[in-house]
Amino acid sequence: MDIFIQQIINGLILGSIYALVALGYTMVYGIMGLINFAHGEVVMIGAMVALSVIKLLENSGLPVFLLLLFGLAAAALVCMAVGFTIERIAYRPLRRAPRLAPLITAIGVSIVLQNLAMLIWGRNYHAFPPILPTTSMTIFGATITSLQVAIVLIAALMMIGLMILINRTRLGRAMRATSENPSIAQLMGVNINQIISFTFVIGSALAAVAGLMVSANYSIAHYYMGFMLGLKAFTAAVLGGIGNIAGAMLGGILLGLIESLGAGYIGDLTGGFLGSHYQDIFAFFVLIGVLVFRPSGLIGEKVSERA
Amino acid sequence: MSHSLLEARAIGKNFGGVTALRDVSLTIKQGEIYGLIGPNGAGKTTFFNVLTGLYHPDGGEIVFAGETLQASAPHKVAKRGIARTFQNIRLFANMTAMENVMVGRHARTHAGVLGAVLHDRRTVNEEAAIRQRAEELLHYVNIADRADDLARNLSYGDQRRLEIARALATEPKLLALDEPAAGMNGAETGDLRELIEGIRKDGITVLLIEHDVKLVMGLCDRVAVLDYGEKICEDIPSVVQNDPKVIEAYLGGSLA
Amino acid sequence: MMAQLPGLGQFRRDKSAAVIASIVMGIVLAALPFLIGSGLGNSWLRIVDFAMLYIMLALGLNIVVGFAGLLDLGYIAFYAVGAYLYALLASPQFGLHYPVWLIIPAGAALAGFFGALLGAPTLRLRGDYLAIVTLGFGEIVRIFLNNLNAPINITNGPQGISGIDPLHFGGVTLAKPISFLGFTIPSLHAYYYLFLGLALFIVFVTIRLENSRIGRAWVAIREDEIAAKACGINTRNIKLLAFTMGASFGGVAGGLFAGFQGFVSPESFNLMESIMVLCMVVLGGMGNIPGVILGGVMLTILPEIFRHGAGPVQLALFGKILLDPEALRMLLFGLALIVVMLYRPAGLWPSTTRRREFKGESTTDVLKEGE
Repeated sequence: MDIFIQQIINGLILGSIYALVALGYTMVYGIMGLINFAHGEVVMIGAMVALSVIKLLENSGLPVFLLLLFGLAAAALVCMAVGFTIERIAYRPLRRAPRLAPLITAIGVSIVLQNLAMLIWGRNYHAFPPILPTTSMTIFGATITSLQVAIVLIAALMMIGLMILINRTRLGRAMRATSENPSIAQLMGVNINQIISFTFVIGSALAAVAGLMVSANYSIAHYYMGFMLGLKAFTAAVLGGIGNIAGAMLGGILLGLIESLGAGYIGDLTGGFLGSHYQDIFAFFVLIGVLVFRPSGLIGEKVSERA
Repeated sequence: MSHSLLEARAIGKNFGGVTALRDVSLTIKQGEIYGLIGPNGAGKTTFFNVLTGLYHPDGGEIVFAGETLQASAPHKVAKRGIARTFQNIRLFANMTAMENVMVGRHARTHAGVLGAVLHDRRTVNEEAAIRQRAEELLHYVNIADRADDLARNLSYGDQRRLEIARALATEPKLLALDEPAAGMNGAETGDLRELIEGIRKDGITVLLIEHDVKLVMGLCDRVAVLDYGEKICEDIPSVVQNDPKVIEAYLGGSLA
Repeated sequence: MMAQLPGLGQFRRDKSAAVIASIVMGIVLAALPFLIGSGLGNSWLRIVDFAMLYIMLALGLNIVVGFAGLLDLGYIAFYAVGAYLYALLASPQFGLHYPVWLIIPAGAALAGFFGALLGAPTLRLRGDYLAIVTLGFGEIVRIFLNNLNAPINITNGPQGISGIDPLHFGGVTLAKPISFLGFTIPSLHAYYYLFLGLALFIVFVTIRLENSRIGRAWVAIREDEIAAKACGINTRNIKLLAFTMGASFGGVAGGLFAGFQGFVSPESFNLMESIMVLCMVVLGGMGNIPGVILGGVMLTILPEIFRHGAGPVQLALFGKILLDPEALRMLLFGLALIVVMLYRPAGLWPSTTRRREFKGESTTDVLKEGE
């Protein structure tokens, strides 16, 4: 029983991170109909920058809270700049190009960011400085650290904030209008370019937060970490219904739970034939299952072909 | 009196609570030009899409050439002998005019992967026949000189003609044209009218959705009028024109 | 009649020009391994051998992506299927040593079967979704290859399978120099000729398919699926056929790879490889066979040039190596992808401009002759 609870908790933590990253994918897809393949690398850049800043200030005597805040601020700024630049350079000139062209530039950006990171930070794994409190508590026999509680809470706060931004503000309304119908939104006086840039910047800021969370949670960061994380988060976005903000959150949490429970129980389920190193496979089976049986995602709108 | 080619019986179609077609029944006779008119949103194109298998009807059945047309896939409908054009032209934009018509021969030809790779005698002959038939059809619709141009580089009127040639390539018994005169000027409409009359002379039954009332009244043997998804009238043009319900539907439509 | 005459002359000149061009091409292709082997060394000859394999892969993926317009991000899985089948049936792993002429076609068939298996449930998905499902499929295959070493050892896990039989026909193995009518053909050269022959065969098959009823149906689906259905095309079957054909090319290339390399491991079949092949197709010019071949050659050679250049150029300029050459080479590669796509979004050698340019040339020629 306590193992079950533990897996649920682990899944929630993992899921919160997936959800934050998934939001970046889903916002861009909702507005431009484009899979921003490089988004996972933005998360990686966020993790690397935050970690570097925290390492730099580690012995400055600042309180842990401020250390994290500075690291996060730096990461967010860099990621926002990176996101903004990616859109301007790699996507905007190709808005009317054949469908696959922006996908290839996205792959190009992904490769560039990964290798840029390798040039700057090297090939090695970077350990997260041991500044975090190690206090933990026990719920129903499962352990959870204060860091993990913070991760879930902060992720929830960020998502609530985003919901308010999108549903309650003028800017959010412009974003929704653009995603509904860009040309009409433009006629109504919405500056599409600004809205798209803004979407990338917001998504990248969330990615920076997620980057810090991942590296803190696993105490490690390296140049290749964005790739698999990005894939999983994209899966989460599709699971929930891509283009749908609430869907990305739900999809993230669900995928986290599925992975965590799946990895915990796959050995028992298959009589020991498949072990927990198959953890990564769940995301893809879920993805294929969802797309085949419910392509619009769990709470996506049904997209019908029009004659 | 000629026998009926197509019989639609009580066709119904809803889209999430909105009724697009309600109990629409109509009969198209072998060899006639049958017009389907109605104000915008009356359900004409929906009827077309049900007829050609793009939509599944919620009720009713269609009997074509003596057999029920089960709510089936579009490619099967094409094989059974119903070809169509689209209101907003749907050509294979990056293929040449010639290739577009050659694709139309797909349903009537058989070559598979092996034949294509090995170029056996049957495939070579079939390919030559496809090419020849496509050339004939391009001549028939009078755009043979554009054969090697990409479809997207053709003029609007030529694109409409090419779409008709592609539909004819499937050897239809019934040719369904969805607003073929839309966006055409007077001279082009006149040519189109001649083309449609020629097609009928060659023994192909024509179903025509059209906004151009003059064209419909001059060309069609019989006309049905749809309004709000229901058939309100079906008769020869001169009767339809003077039917008070039709006048009401059109006037009401234009006033609203 | 008069108007047709220059056209006929044009046709004859085109034909003789084509004959001359193919003879020149044939001589160049035949002499290439000797030129490269003696000029640049065996490492470059190996790269050229690999370029042939990548051309086969790119042509296979081109059927799926370029002709039928179905975005497949897991194509490398079919390469893996071909490679692992060869590795399992011709290595000490199970002590099996089946002949090549049996394994390669079997690999093609099995890969084709996997293609149909993946395609059947997924082909009705919209473009981007299909891309992601295929990506997931590719990763699933890799993860299984990586982990199927326990509890029963099938794939030998991350260590991969080594000691694979080299490609051999009867008693003649391509792993050693072959004596033939007094000539000695070195191993890499022999592989080159075999791969070249098979690549040409695949080019031939692709061209035949492109100009057939099937090929036109593929392109029609890419251009407008609904109109294609209205033309009587059974889009589901024709798409499945594209998947199966494309996959089988991948299976052939995979088998050759296993025999050439003598070693396979899951790392050779990661997502980056799928992406690389896709880039060859898109960068070269989707749907256009010469463009795809160009893409295959360029993207095999270019990273190698960067690899060989990145270190020495730094040494020459700064006297020491400042930046990790491996990272630098991939960085340049990524930049090249972006720049090419920005300036040629339809690829370096797209099919529609080829048609237009060809038309343009012939009309000016006709005018000249009319004067």
